[in-house]
Amino acid sequence: MRKALSVGRKEVRQILRDRRSLMLLLFVPAFFLLVYGYALNWDIRHVHLAIEDRDRTAASRSIVSAFVNSGYFDLVADVRGPDDITQLMNHGSARAIVVIPNGLSRDLAAGRTVPVQVLLDGDNANTATTVMGYALTILQSESAKYRMVTGTIGGPSVSAVPRVWYNPQLRSTLFLVPGLIAYIVMITSVVSTSLSIVREKERGTMEQVRMAPLDAGSFVLGKSIPYYLISLASALTILFVAMLLFGLPMRGSWLVLLGTISLYLIGALGLGLLVSSIADTQQVAFQVAVLASFLPTLMLSGFIFPIASMPPFLQGVTYIVPARYFLIALRGIVLKGAGLAIIWPQLLSLVAYSCVVLLLASLRLRRQWR
Amino acid sequence: MNAITVSDLTRVFGDFVAVDHVSFDVRKGEVFGFLGSNGAGKSTTIRMLCGLLKPTSGTALVGGIDVSRDPEGVKRRIGYMSQRFSLYEQLTVDQNIRFFGGIYGLTAERLEQRRAFVLDMAGLHGRERTKASDLAGGWRQRLALGCAILHEPPIVFLDEPTGGVDPVSRRQFWTLIDQLAETGITVLVTTHYLDEAEHCHRIAIIHAGRLAALGSTTELKRVFAGRTILEVQSDDPVQAMRALDAMDDVEKTSVFGTAVHAVMRHEAATDTDGLGTRLAGAGVQARHIEPVEPSLEDVFLDVVAEAGA
Ligand SMILES: Nc1ncnc2c1ncn2[C@@H]1O[C@H](COP(=O)(O)OP(=O)(O)OP(=O)(O)O)[C@@H](O)[C@H]1O
Ligand SMILES: [Mg+2]
Repeated sequence: MRKALSVGRKEVRQILRDRRSLMLLLFVPAFFLLVYGYALNWDIRHVHLAIEDRDRTAASRSIVSAFVNSGYFDLVADVRGPDDITQLMNHGSARAIVVIPNGLSRDLAAGRTVPVQVLLDGDNANTATTVMGYALTILQSESAKYRMVTGTIGGPSVSAVPRVWYNPQLRSTLFLVPGLIAYIVMITSVVSTSLSIVREKERGTMEQVRMAPLDAGSFVLGKSIPYYLISLASALTILFVAMLLFGLPMRGSWLVLLGTISLYLIGALGLGLLVSSIADTQQVAFQVAVLASFLPTLMLSGFIFPIASMPPFLQGVTYIVPARYFLIALRGIVLKGAGLAIIWPQLLSLVAYSCVVLLLASLRLRRQWR
Repeated sequence: MNAITVSDLTRVFGDFVAVDHVSFDVRKGEVFGFLGSNGAGKSTTIRMLCGLLKPTSGTALVGGIDVSRDPEGVKRRIGYMSQRFSLYEQLTVDQNIRFFGGIYGLTAERLEQRRAFVLDMAGLHGRERTKASDLAGGWRQRLALGCAILHEPPIVFLDEPTGGVDPVSRRQFWTLIDQLAETGITVLVTTHYLDEAEHCHRIAIIHAGRLAALGSTTELKRVFAGRTILEVQSDDPVQAMRALDAMDDVEKTSVFGTAVHAVMRHEAATDTDGLGTRLAGAGVQARHIEPVEPSLEDVFLDVVAEAGA
């Protein structure tokens, strides 16, 4: 244990020497958040909206005012017929047109499903999707009032299926932060641990260290602890920045949060060790580390692409991506205040992942050590 | 008693035999040199003796312990300085010493003692806070040696410790090796430099993974018993070499700077004047011809040529 501390102290000194990398590890994540956060926080507002209200009852007016009061739409025109619609769309004077059918009030009262048409200008697919998200949410919440109203969408952008950034709260940043943490922590820990070990192989210091009466376990432990702390600091920095600037709530327990992040980190460090046991040069280590951490975490965790809309094969693959579980747990803790009672399946999966990865890594490293 | 006993040590990489049935002993307190050209198998042998690399076959007892059976036991009793500079360049002199002291498990008190010793030995007092990467070659090498012997091992392996170091530092380094040997430490050292090999009590010449010759410098020079080496000085060594090679009583030639060494088949063939005349006949003006004592380089070239044949 004392020897592991010596290794750890040495590692910390090396990291401190390399100020630039340290800054990169600590602050680039927060910078990422700022960039992504602000970019995505520019939720589209003041969408020019036209409404054709064929019903003109209290119920239909309630829908209209829900759109206007949402803050996302500016009512610019009252539509009187199909010609108006074509003209508004063609001139781009309205980006969205809502058509409320005749008999809405009556049908609602009768408990029938009423289709409300939302026409979108699809020239900018991203905007269209976002706007569609707004419209859907507004209609859903109205629908909840009557329990029966369903929005049906038509128009030029029909094919744009609800996508990634969509989230029920219409707050992209909040949904994004957990994903960013998962992704940044994964990269920093996998890349930095694997590089730091492979660097020792490459420079020949590993061989010198292997001459000492020091077992592989202490060496690895000593080397991992500093990176664990740095990654933890990095994750917390992102959280704090998100809380300060984007009003990210922290509804759950800090202890559960730290535990969850730590579990995820142990798995990530284990993966880094595994990579370092495979690679002999820093270049290879970097490539493998990026492939093994960055891509799955970005693509297969549900961070960017919803898992439910992936092909079945990829859905299967997501089960071995730790970020998948981490994301659910983290969103649960931070956004919903979920406790152990709710997120234990995710935590258990993370534990299982860490165990498997650490076992594989230690088997391989131990063999190379002797 | 022997500090190291090696018998039929062999290491194969794929189908390439890097070390081929090498056997030798190293006595306690001896400075034992490993001489060989690039890729001869010196490092591979040393790494097996240190327990860093498993032998394919054969045995090696280091400090009385079988390396294949108990590599950890061996590691505890030896110091090893690898061919590459293997300290942490980003760390200071002091931090390097403390790190290695730490992983060797030295107590704080002993570490202080050994730290002072290493700083003394390497002449690094007052430079404790210098980054290892900022040290000049000679100091680095001495620091590396110091870190390798922090735990006071009775046997030390040095793999090309003076590679890429200036001649003055090389001489200083060898003084250190001599001092270690005087305190009873066994030193096994590899080198390319023949002048360094002369410092060793005994030398093993390794060629293509095989032990080609073994003995003290004097013993090794006996391969020339029954032959004479004539040194021929001329303005055109290449031309002189060609002319000499064409002669029946010249076994072989090699260039030494501006001179050519001709190995004559018989001891009797020391007729330098006659040789001068014969060379002149071949169009080569020899300025000076004289019989010389075989140098270690002559021995090396001869042994390697024999082993290659
Ligand atoms: N891990 C390895 N895998 C494959 N071949 C190897 C390995 N290590 C060494 N070799 C080969 O074994 C041979 C002997 O290498 P070794 O390093 O022992 O030579 P050396 O005598 O130390 O040479 P040098 O003077 O260049 O240090 C070389 O041809 C080398 O390429
Ligand atoms: Mg070598």
